[in-house]
Amino acid sequence: MTTENPFSLLSYYRAGARVGFQRDLQYRMATFMVLVAFLFEPVVYLSVWTAVARAQGGMVGGFDEGQLAAYYVVWTLVRIYNTAFDPKAWEWRIRDGRINTFLSQPVHMFHRDFSFFMGSKIAWTLMWIPIAAVLTLIFRPSIAWHPVNVGLFLVAIWGGYAVRFLVLYVLGMINFWTTRGSAIFGIVTALEMIFSGRLVPLQLLPAWAQDAAAWMPFRWTFQFPIEVLIGRLDTAQMLAGVGYQAAWALGLGLLFTVVWRAAIRRYEAVGN
Amino acid sequence: MDAPVVASGLTKTFKVPVRQGGLKESVKSLFRREFRLVEAVKDVSFEIGAGEIVGFLGPNGAGKTTTIKMLTGLLHPTAGDARVLGYQPWKRDKDLLRRIALVMGQRNNLQWDLPAEDSFLLNKAIYGVPDSVYRRRIDEFAQRLEVTHLLDKPIRNLSLGERMKMEIIAAMLHGPEVVFLDEPTIGLDVTMQRRVRQFVLDMNKEEGVTVLLTSHYMADVSAMAERVVVISQGSLLYDGALAGLAERFSSHKTIRVDTTDLPADLSGLGRVLERTPERVTLEVERDRVSEVASRLLAAATVTDLAIEEPPLEDVIERVFTQSR
Repeated sequence: MTTENPFSLLSYYRAGARVGFQRDLQYRMATFMVLVAFLFEPVVYLSVWTAVARAQGGMVGGFDEGQLAAYYVVWTLVRIYNTAFDPKAWEWRIRDGRINTFLSQPVHMFHRDFSFFMGSKIAWTLMWIPIAAVLTLIFRPSIAWHPVNVGLFLVAIWGGYAVRFLVLYVLGMINFWTTRGSAIFGIVTALEMIFSGRLVPLQLLPAWAQDAAAWMPFRWTFQFPIEVLIGRLDTAQMLAGVGYQAAWALGLGLLFTVVWRAAIRRYEAVGN
Repeated sequence: MDAPVVASGLTKTFKVPVRQGGLKESVKSLFRREFRLVEAVKDVSFEIGAGEIVGFLGPNGAGKTTTIKMLTGLLHPTAGDARVLGYQPWKRDKDLLRRIALVMGQRNNLQWDLPAEDSFLLNKAIYGVPDSVYRRRIDEFAQRLEVTHLLDKPIRNLSLGERMKMEIIAAMLHGPEVVFLDEPTIGLDVTMQRRVRQFVLDMNKEEGVTVLLTSHYMADVSAMAERVVVISQGSLLYDGALAGLAERFSSHKTIRVDTTDLPADLSGLGRVLERTPERVTLEVERDRVSEVASRLLAAATVTDLAIEEPPLEDVIERVFTQSR
């Protein structure tokens, strides 16, 4: 994975992203409907917390109504960037033998999947824009349009994607040992819902949960990019957050390299 | 120069979990799992010379795909060694992977929702095919396989045969030196099969591509390969000329006689396979062929007589049945 020629890899990423982009654009109506379905979750959360904030005099956990609206509007974009190669898809890849073709090619399938999803996100983002415009008109979110925030948000949202992609990719390796990995994925997904900031901003959780979240990668995939764009962090905190993302990506990348070697040794031993 | 494909004593043993049916056995297996060792490939050795097309034959479950998977680096052998273009395939050296191709007839490796050309562009990037070479190959291959007009059609809208042609174009785009074709014509109609065979033959002749081919269609094998390697139950049964296969495994030949006045009773000559008023086909023991032919010529006015090896399908069926 680390021995690729960076120039040919760049051209591969361009080709892979193009395929991901075209594939999702092909089914733009279906993609758009999925995006609309994505809205139900944050709209429910937003309605609940706005009601709580109003009941408490306009603030909850340090968020006013505008910031809560901003949190959940940006949430919809971050949610798109959090989609990645599902661990369950590994099961199919192994079972239907498609992995054989990828293994017999000179580019690691990590790059294939990572670049496909990158392209896919660009297609989804284009379709998200009109939805975001409508949400903005309805909920009046307070966004920090400062160039530093916007610039670091662009870094943080892709950084979040990289971290989540790696989390799911490492989890996907379980499929090399068992076809019953769904229980583990279920537990991780439940933890992620709570400790990423997807369900509620972490500030609204009890102190012990916030402490626990600090030891997990999820916050950096979800809440952190949102906080950057809604202006809840100063520049030092934003830069530190990007650093945490890089550290998690590096750690997970190393972990994946080790687990991948073991997974492939096992695959070479037992086949599919 | 070393042979591009060398298998030396390749052996692959799988550890397979076993469990009897029933609730009691299900519960028991929770605490104590039992395994059985299955020898999928046993001590298989052969070489394929540069530019050779070799048919790799065997009944279902004989170990063909397992051997191909070892030769393409997908499986690590339990024992033995292999070299493909000088590399141990399971080390999956990128230089090796850039120089080989694997086509599995039952797999779809192209982007289902996109036109074939988009998948080709991806392969172009994977293998670093220069623009000029890419365009020339696409044009040439598409023309040969008669799919130029389909390049912009999504894969999902193509027929099985058209998809297979696209798969082959994708696999050959980077100019591989060694190609492993696992059932490339499975499910295709006769015309499509013929086109695919001709394409592989052209690649072999013009670019010197070395091919290891598995197919259940004997027409594929006889059209493309002069040499076959036969395995059954994981072991090598035969490695040699396709023409020699019948001699080795079939004790009979067929004699076809065009005549109208043969005697009714031919039982002393051989087994009658077909009889019409104008033609008789007999199955005759190999060492009695000349004697029987002479007797037929003496007994009737013969307008034509042909001595043939039995059909390849029959020989293969006999090989597989005998080896069980």
